[in-house]
Amino acid sequence: MSESGPRWEKVGLTEGEYGIICRQLGRQPNELELGLYGLMWSEHCSYKSSRKHLASLPTKGSQVLQGPGENAGAVRLAADEDTAVVFRIESHNHPSAVEPVQGAATGVGGILRDVFAMGARPIALFNSLRFGNPDCPRARYLFDGVVRGIASYGNCVGVPTVGGEIYFDEAYKDNPLVNVMCIGITTVESIVRGRASGVGNSVFVVGAATGRDGIHGASLLASREFDDGGEDMRPAVQVGDPFCEKLLIEACLQLLTDDAVVGINDLGAAGLTSAASETAARAGTGIEIDVARVPRREEGMTPYEVMLSESQERMLVIVEGDREQAIRDVFSRWELEAVRIGEVIEDTVLRVRDGEQVLAELPVDTLVDAAPAYCRPAEYRDRGSEEMPLVDEPEDLGAVLVSMLGHPNLCDRRSVYQQFDHMVGTNTVVSPGADAAVLRVKGSRRAVAATVDGNGMLCHLDPARGAENIVAEAYRNLSAVGARPLGLSNCLNFASPEKPEVMGSFIQVVEGMARACRKLDVPVTGGNVSFYNETGQRQVYPTPTVGMVGGLDDVRLSVEPGFSSRGDLVVLVGRSLGHLGGSQYLNIIHQEVSGPVAEVDFSLERAISEVVRAAAAEGLLSSSHDVSDGGIATALAECCCLSPGRLGASVVLAGTGRSDALLFGEEGGRIVVSLPPQRLPSLCRRARKFDCPVTVLGMVGGKSLVIHRQMGEGDDISPPAGSDSSQWRKHLQRAQMTAEKLMDLPLDKLMQVREDGLI
Amino acid sequence: MRGSASAASGRAADSQSPMSFAVVVFPGSNCDRDCYHVIREVLRRPVCYVAHAEPQIPDVDCVIIPGGFSYGDYLRAGALAARSPVMGAIRDFAAGGGLVLGICNGFQILCETGLLPGALMVNTALQFICRWVHMRIEDVNTPFTRDCKPNQVLRMPIAHYEGNFRPPPEQGTGSAEAEDLFCGRIVGRYCSPGGEVSDNSNPNGSWSSVAAVSNREGNVLGMMPHPERCSEHMLKGSDGLYIFRSLVQWWEEDGYE
Repeated sequence: MSESGPRWEKVGLTEGEYGIICRQLGRQPNELELGLYGLMWSEHCSYKSSRKHLASLPTKGSQVLQGPGENAGAVRLAADEDTAVVFRIESHNHPSAVEPVQGAATGVGGILRDVFAMGARPIALFNSLRFGNPDCPRARYLFDGVVRGIASYGNCVGVPTVGGEIYFDEAYKDNPLVNVMCIGITTVESIVRGRASGVGNSVFVVGAATGRDGIHGASLLASREFDDGGEDMRPAVQVGDPFCEKLLIEACLQLLTDDAVVGINDLGAAGLTSAASETAARAGTGIEIDVARVPRREEGMTPYEVMLSESQERMLVIVEGDREQAIRDVFSRWELEAVRIGEVIEDTVLRVRDGEQVLAELPVDTLVDAAPAYCRPAEYRDRGSEEMPLVDEPEDLGAVLVSMLGHPNLCDRRSVYQQFDHMVGTNTVVSPGADAAVLRVKGSRRAVAATVDGNGMLCHLDPARGAENIVAEAYRNLSAVGARPLGLSNCLNFASPEKPEVMGSFIQVVEGMARACRKLDVPVTGGNVSFYNETGQRQVYPTPTVGMVGGLDDVRLSVEPGFSSRGDLVVLVGRSLGHLGGSQYLNIIHQEVSGPVAEVDFSLERAISEVVRAAAAEGLLSSSHDVSDGGIATALAECCCLSPGRLGASVVLAGTGRSDALLFGEEGGRIVVSLPPQRLPSLCRRARKFDCPVTVLGMVGGKSLVIHRQMGEGDDISPPAGSDSSQWRKHLQRAQMTAEKLMDLPLDKLMQVREDGLI
Repeated sequence: MRGSASAASGRAADSQSPMSFAVVVFPGSNCDRDCYHVIREVLRRPVCYVAHAEPQIPDVDCVIIPGGFSYGDYLRAGALAARSPVMGAIRDFAAGGGLVLGICNGFQILCETGLLPGALMVNTALQFICRWVHMRIEDVNTPFTRDCKPNQVLRMPIAHYEGNFRPPPEQGTGSAEAEDLFCGRIVGRYCSPGGEVSDNSNPNGSWSSVAAVSNREGNVLGMMPHPERCSEHMLKGSDGLYIFRSLVQWWEEDGYE
């Protein structure tokens, strides 16, 4: 990065990489050409450390319309319908670490463009965020700024932010993670690809003018570690204009109803250079660009700066040669600029001119595909090798639950999502706070469901099992609302790949994710990798995030987590094992990030999901909630707190071993549902069909959460002779008399501590 | 007033044609499609869009100015939109008694245009707020609220950064008596689910908990809550239909007079 070093270092390349470039060109690149290589061969654009490993992810499925390699992935919502769901998740970690508001805002802008570039109208945004402990002023500043940035951009463009997750841990103190997902809807026939086909066709740049902002964003900011704070990198962060983006969305979607458009691509990381070379590479053509024609925001910009700029709210559009006026008309209606800057050419090169003068001419394949793919040295961790820590069981387990519910990692996220417009578009049927968001598809009975999930702590302890657990949780979250999983997009956030232990955990995470996706039959349709999330000695946990989308056949049959009716039975679908390794209980109460990570029982995961989905589709369920962070006690407390009628519950848990493990153990494979007693036999029939354990835990009612523990070995509570509410109530009361009461917590108190957690 | 509304539209006398609506689209409007959807799919009435640059509005019975961030709202919410060509036409339409409903950004635009008194300032919490609130109907004698009972409580979502209503300065801001001087009509106030108006139920610091205001004549209404987001059961509430049904009912029954 120094000004005086060798020429390759100035653009972030190594001497070896420079040698490859010279060999492929048969000459030395000039300054501009070297700059273009620096961009395209950066870690951020070329995936040079990750490409080989990512190839193991399964990407096929009958529902997949577009796999990795395009602006975004796409799946068919249902076999008999032509609705396509376009989606992608992407990171904006480094810019957000430097300037949280604009960093996060432009992350939202970028992911929106990826989705409408495919011809889809964006209908929902999600985010996955990681920060240091909120008590630390810097972490709080980053947290508040990121939330404000997402709100300012998403709210203004009119795309609802309907879901997400936030965790706090010292590992993210200097390097926050900001992953954003966008979902869009279109029809199967209307999907557009980013291809520069047809020699002689025109290449337009549309939207905002090009400025000096974001220069070196991809090559330097996102492809190296920070020294400290990264304040010096602030000029490399772009500034967002959501108003311009809103116009761009409307103009592009209107434009795409015309068949004059051949291809369209976001101008994101690496700006014009990347968009031009990638659209040409996908089509097997070349592109010639005249930088003199690119509208500029400021004077005196060099061709190099124009090619590098990451100015926001711009798109590259390839149009049939004789249809240019149609494009100009649409854009002028939206008061946006559309300027022809070049054309598709036969030679498979990226040719950059400044007026008559040719400044650079590089074979497209050397820019896009020829970047070296490294198998960096890796050190691996053994699966399940972590020792279980010895911790004392606290006396007052009710107080433990209260502390956990009030912890920033588990508390109510309303204070955050209230700052996001989560209703605009009037499609949000299941809102933030539930296991997954559900959005109706207007003009259809069907709905789209989606969730984002990640868990850095688990992957830190056991990368492969951690990744398996994350995919399983996303799968479960969709099933809990009644949706059938269709595909996933991933965002892999890691420290420097040049460190063998980081590379090892990356490889193991990808292996775990690939295995889980195969076992659960969920294809990967795209994603991104963010390396170099480290500052000084502090590295982020290996943090893969998955965004999974699913479909519901009938939007009216979606299910939510809150208890809804007094007298309903509380039923556990799945089984509790009391696994404490890697749990939030150990982390929050005992300050231990340790223990073996639970193995995922994929056949159980599939079974519980089948049962819950089938029960939801038949309208049997009053509520349904995944058991994850904080174990079954936390899940039950959430079912009470999210209950619209503020209903409590009284339950009896059976099982051997420690009570804290029974209450707070985390091992997946469980969904808590509630339903009227007379529907229990139908649920049990479903469960038998899929060979899935089902246990009645208790009943909804009262104003507090009462949890008992069955003494001794004890069988599951078997159904009483009759099956109406009053018989069940008596039956459960008898069971409670022989049980030990572990806690009796008033609902008002639980709701209050959950609300106060992030203030 | 009723007579003049009919005169403005020039079509009310024709009892065969249903009430028709126009939804204004500024660059940056983002609830335009939602309003259009409710009018067309839920109310099943004719509706069209009208662009910001149009110097005239089509021959309709009610104009809706939807929520969003018109022109990005970078200057002051609604300030630029208030100076657009279409607002000139809407001013004339309103002067003739035509019905104008401004929702959220639409309310801000109506205040900036001077069609409604007062201004909407930044929320006291200095944050964007998106959540469900309750609004007590204070005045059922408007075309927008005639389907409501006096003091009826409606549950509706808000989603705004600038919803803190202030009356014109010369009309006082502090005391309750100042309401007598207020040159508009207070149509809705934020309240508790039980209908109690207090600071606790005021989400944004609005003067006198004002959520919805009309002009003296009652044919122009601005409201911060979004009725179009709660007009279908699927969306967890349908109280917004009270507003839309009031309009249709008013037009069908009284609009002919």
